[in-house]
Amino acid sequence: MSNVPADLRYLKSHEWARLEADGTIAVGISDHAQQALGDLVFVEAPEAGRRVSAGEACAVVESVKAASDVYSPVSGEIVAGNADLGGQPELINSDPYGAGWIMRIRPDDKAQFAALLDAKAYEAALAADTH
Amino acid sequence: MGLRTALYDTHVAARARMVDFGGWDMPVNFGSQIEEHHAVRRDAGMFDVSHMCVVDLRGAKVREFLRRLLANDVAKLGKPGKALYSCMLRENGGVIDDLIVYFLTEEWFRMVVNAGTRDKDLEWIRAHAGAFGVSVEPRFDLAMVAVQGPNARQRAAVTLEPSLAAAALALEPFYGHAGAGHWFVARTGYTGEDGWEIMLPIGEAADFWQRLKVAGLVQCGLGARDTLRLEAGMNLYGNDMDETVSPLESGLGWTVAWEPQGRDFIGRSALVAQKTSGARRKLVGLLIEDRAVLRSHQKVVVPAVGEGEVTSGTFSPTLERSIGLARVPAKTGERCEVEIRGRFFQARVVRPPFVRNGKAVAAI
Repeated sequence: MSNVPADLRYLKSHEWARLEADGTIAVGISDHAQQALGDLVFVEAPEAGRRVSAGEACAVVESVKAASDVYSPVSGEIVAGNADLGGQPELINSDPYGAGWIMRIRPDDKAQFAALLDAKAYEAALAADTH
Repeated sequence: MGLRTALYDTHVAARARMVDFGGWDMPVNFGSQIEEHHAVRRDAGMFDVSHMCVVDLRGAKVREFLRRLLANDVAKLGKPGKALYSCMLRENGGVIDDLIVYFLTEEWFRMVVNAGTRDKDLEWIRAHAGAFGVSVEPRFDLAMVAVQGPNARQRAAVTLEPSLAAAALALEPFYGHAGAGHWFVARTGYTGEDGWEIMLPIGEAADFWQRLKVAGLVQCGLGARDTLRLEAGMNLYGNDMDETVSPLESGLGWTVAWEPQGRDFIGRSALVAQKTSGARRKLVGLLIEDRAVLRSHQKVVVPAVGEGEVTSGTFSPTLERSIGLARVPAKTGERCEVEIRGRFFQARVVRPPFVRNGKAVAAI
């Protein structure tokens, strides 16, 4: 029932990644993830300049119900955290793939992005989760 | 698959997010939990609480029986309809459950107990009822809906049969009224707001829920119920107390009726011993200013005093910061630290409630 845009890549841990025109990768959490978490109340986005490895926990999203780590889909350098989420964490609920982006990363190796799950594979992972 | 209330299909059709709660498949929210919370604080919300168990106790000696069974004293219940909150204890003072009991007639009292403890409660009650000739009848034929919020009674009144509505609107706080056709309305709740808890035959529940919706009550899930009760400083059985702790260690000393001294309720001698030597732990409210959220089982450190544990924690939608309850050493003062995701955060120790009648309590 959740929205899984076809043009994005995904992690099994429910992050999405989008290759931007400038070569950076925007990262957020999927519609499925925001629905499962419920109303977001705090977001701790990483600071620009930080080095991260693929699979490293580098942000925290906290809802009324639970806190959850956000994992980096690729290795690289954080170029920006979404400052708007400080005052409006609910942007992740209302627009998980747009205004609710969490961070942007300059990847060391674009091949890592290409190797992420595509929408079909992520949908299959979601279906496997719920059965 | 868990147990289902009479409103299960209604909730699924309304696209509620369903979760397991004490063995029941219950709605945790119908969309935004925070919006549901605010609806109750500002206007009127409704909850399906049919998972809770209504138990009718009947017999000539039912009052005498309850004076033995419960730590609070039903001798306080003078006027028919009056309700009392109490713990039911083991001999060692451990809390079997917390409950509400209504005095309806000298031969009929009604109890409402928690869903997750239902079976052991019934077993315990029956084990002691026989000696008093009291019959114990769980009312699986009844559903229960709570309507809560400053406008809840006015909005819900139009959905009730007129004579029941008149009787319900005339109820003082903490009184119940048994109407015709097994309907029962009580001015009680678990949110810190005015409202009713309404029991009715399960076959009429879906239709009643629909009428409430039309009357403008916002459907709310157990998620909002939890943030509302925690803001109101109310304990949740299984989180804030259980059989390993006494009411004195759970912020519930006020519910224990010590007088008259001759009343031999179950658990009394253990509580007296604990009171005499002084309880080692107490339940307190916690507040943190930082952008972090208290959650149950987080470690509490009280420098130079000892350690404790968060028993309930959440983000308070009314205060827009985190609140919680914690069991800490009795000597804990006004400050402590809570370990949240590997870091220590300063917390203020406060006396619940955090929110009353829709507003932050002054000292908070």
